Amino acid sequence: MKVIKEKHPLVMRWTHWINFPILTIMIWSGLLIYWANDVYKITIFGHTFVRFFPNWFYNWLSIPHRLSEGMAFHFLFMWFFTLNGIFYVLYTIISGEWRELVPTRHSFKEAWLVVLHDLHIRKTAPPQNKYNAAQRIAYTAIIVMGAGSVFTGLAIYKPVQFYWAAWLCGGYHLARILHFALTIGYLFFFVIHVVQVVLAGWNNFRSVVSGFEVVEKPGSANKSILNENPPAPTI
Amino acid sequence: MISKKIKRRNFLSFATFLGLGATATAGWEMLYHAPEETPGITAGARKPLRKALNKTELFFRKFFGNDHHVKSYPKSMAAKEVRTNGDIGIDDTGFNPANWKLEIVKSGEEVLKIGIDEIKALPKTEIVYSFKCVEGWDQIQYWSGLKFADLISHYGLQSLAQKEYVGMETPNGEYYVGLDRESALHPQTILAYEMNAKPVPLENGAPLRLIIPVKYGIKNLKRIGKISFSDRRPRDYWAEQGYDYYSGL
Repeated sequence: MKVIKEKHPLVMRWTHWINFPILTIMIWSGLLIYWANDVYKITIFGHTFVRFFPNWFYNWLSIPHRLSEGMAFHFLFMWFFTLNGIFYVLYTIISGEWRELVPTRHSFKEAWLVVLHDLHIRKTAPPQNKYNAAQRIAYTAIIVMGAGSVFTGLAIYKPVQFYWAAWLCGGYHLARILHFALTIGYLFFFVIHVVQVVLAGWNNFRSVVSGFEVVEKPGSANKSILNENPPAPTI
Repeated sequence: MISKKIKRRNFLSFATFLGLGATATAGWEMLYHAPEETPGITAGARKPLRKALNKTELFFRKFFGNDHHVKSYPKSMAAKEVRTNGDIGIDDTGFNPANWKLEIVKSGEEVLKIGIDEIKALPKTEIVYSFKCVEGWDQIQYWSGLKFADLISHYGLQSLAQKEYVGMETPNGEYYVGLDRESALHPQTILAYEMNAKPVPLENGAPLRLIIPVKYGIKNLKRIGKISFSDRRPRDYWAEQGYDYYSGL
């Protein structure tokens, strides 16, 4: 018999969905800025494998010659990105949700087993609570990365007034490289995240909008009355 | 019935989700298609974004410190080929540095004219630092010249320098920058007449160019012609092209 199982508190859902368009705008406006000095590439033994980014990419997204525009959007939305991130972190701490999210000392070994299971190499997955070990690592790492983007961003934005931030980042050059690398990291995260969401199916995706999943609980018709009033959702 | 509850909560949450999504999309469209600001001292940016830039400037100006210095490097690290990024304001043929004098506008009528030798006779300040272009590149460069603060004190311009802003422009008036007072008076701001210990070349802003390390390169005017003081923001070339007026590092 179907039962409502509360999964994602309201704040988690809000901060998740607010972050999506804001981060998209940050990355887009960041590209408008990056284009003005688009020097990064992956070169191994003298051969350039990846150029960030080829001209067709810039033209496809109408990126060239929009530096001032990019900065204007970037320096507005950076406030919302940062505040949303801080609010999310504070919430996970205050609500205790961090216990579900932060990796345990077994997580790194377990995450490998999760990956093998996801690739259908292993039949069983390690036990989990709300999130599996790979998710714990991913969802914690992404927050560290977000903080990293804010910090390296500050170092690039005000390297003189926030000289200590620039110094901690290893200098202006390295801060810019790290800021860029983190952004590429978000793109990888996004691809894997979306694939996993699709594979996890409707019941799971719905839960990050509605807050609950529907689970099958074994039981007879008599017991259904007891379950008519599930516990109030935790916010 | 449980399935009724599920359906209801699904409906409510997704309706809210889609509704908020539509609102956010509409809001974004409004911002993206917002009208351009009325051209004035600043121009070229959407009105709400210019407002945001100005507000952000006010916030970050609080962190300015005269004791916040840019990092210095040894002269050996200074670039031999100093990058130039444009010739706006200095592309007129027939400019003769020998005829040039620095003009300081003291008032509507009084203009102080100073020759390069007079400036060179004053205390020289050197700086080897990483010049940062707003485009995102930087280069370690070696400049020497007269500290702007020293110019003020030597010529007794302290009361003028109390005004909120300093404006500088090229002799032909085609490139111009506006500087807030504290940035202009920052100890590392110099009027440079030497690059790599030799007279500044024409393409780098001869005979005298501004080197202001607490600002992006766009504020580092080449070939200073005129300096003025005002409580209102002087015109600024790149601020008219949509860039942040303050452009401080």
